[in-house]
Amino acid sequence: MNWKWDLFFDAFPLILEGLSITVALTIACYLFALIFGFAWTFLRRIPIKIVHWTVTWVMEFIRSTPPLVQLFFIYYAWPMIPGIGVSLPAFLSAVLGIGLHYSTYIGEVYRSGIESVNKGQWEASKALNFSTIQKWRKIILPQAVPPTIPMLGNYLIIMFKEVPLAATIGVTGMLHIANEFGAQHFRYLESLTIVAILFLVLSYPSAIMIRKLEQKINRRFDKDEALQESKGAVV
Amino acid sequence: MNTITEVFPVLLKGMNITIIVLVLSAALGYLFAFIAGLCRLSNNVFLRKFTGVYVEVFRGTSLIVQLFWFYYAIPMLFNINLGNDLLAGVLAIALNYGAYMSEVVRGSILSVANGQTEAATALNMNRFQKMRLVILPQAIKMMLPEFGNYLIQMLKATSLVSLIGMTDILYHGNLLRSSELSMAPTIYFLVLVFYFILALPLIFLTRKMESISKKGVASQ
Repeated sequence: MNWKWDLFFDAFPLILEGLSITVALTIACYLFALIFGFAWTFLRRIPIKIVHWTVTWVMEFIRSTPPLVQLFFIYYAWPMIPGIGVSLPAFLSAVLGIGLHYSTYIGEVYRSGIESVNKGQWEASKALNFSTIQKWRKIILPQAVPPTIPMLGNYLIIMFKEVPLAATIGVTGMLHIANEFGAQHFRYLESLTIVAILFLVLSYPSAIMIRKLEQKINRRFDKDEALQESKGAVV
Repeated sequence: MNTITEVFPVLLKGMNITIIVLVLSAALGYLFAFIAGLCRLSNNVFLRKFTGVYVEVFRGTSLIVQLFWFYYAIPMLFNINLGNDLLAGVLAIALNYGAYMSEVVRGSILSVANGQTEAATALNMNRFQKMRLVILPQAIKMMLPEFGNYLIQMLKATSLVSLIGMTDILYHGNLLRSSELSMAPTIYFLVLVFYFILALPLIFLTRKMESISKKGVASQ
């Protein structure tokens, strides 16, 4: 064993400073993905075959190629494209790159939420002569949103763990600081271990919280279904 | 068009490393997933807790940190040389996704209907026979679509090994960009296309598995 505590205590406060950047980047990417996810869901619902097909495959393309390459594309390649090229700072590139990648996943979550609403509910809103806004606000969304909450929470944790990719383009989050500290002292052991511990300490309790939330929501829904069945309602 | 014909052969050189890393880490990853998934269902408390810690640690930290840790920190901690970057890269990806997939293994085994276990008991099968002949054949069918999804995730994760100096597709792309800055759009777009072409068969495989998984399974 070859562990140096003095380096550990030297590196700890430095890396802790990077935590705020990592968390800020996570939140920025998450918000971007939540908003852009709506765009994907909306575009996919357009009932024109060619649009639907194009959007589906663009989503598939973004989803099945590495976020690291997408990050490099936005940071290194976009400024070089003649006409539309803009040079973005590293932080913003990371928000765009990681946010766009996960927006395709979030879009699927929204879709699954909407599709989980029973067909009868759509028919009922039509039978009651609801307008489109009324239908979504009063009938569809109140039922579509709750089941997606745990899934969305999971994606927050997943994105938190994906954000250190931004260290490769120089965003000074925890991993970047740890790498620099390691390069200065020719030892990566202590600084990288600190990063790993900090990630674990933050993401494990959040994962447990999400699991609890999921159980709670599932229980509520099961109870509702049981209630409906006992009343003999046709579901 | 000229630049495409220039870039294409360069990226092609990295294709074999990407595929090697993917195949090795997938094989090891599925192995770890089965071992860990079955251990978490074992009656032995120690085994259960131990694999529980493994799964939570690898799911709770990010893959890129684990990769760097395997590559830079482990040789220092134990004064050993892992030998090469291939081992570090494959181990990090396999252990990480093995931890995620062990949850799939565990969940699928638990979701095989109780009646199946009871029927196997009624047929006087022992624990091993029950698992091998009744539970696993059904559970594995349920695991297939998720395994397919994780295979695509692993393909994406292989791009990280370029960061520890392995000469995969992305590594060759980065190298070319550093000498020809203005070619960056073509290079990275082609890199993305390369990964997408590799992912396409996996996407169709996953869809196929989704249809297979629904047949002949008694789930709860």
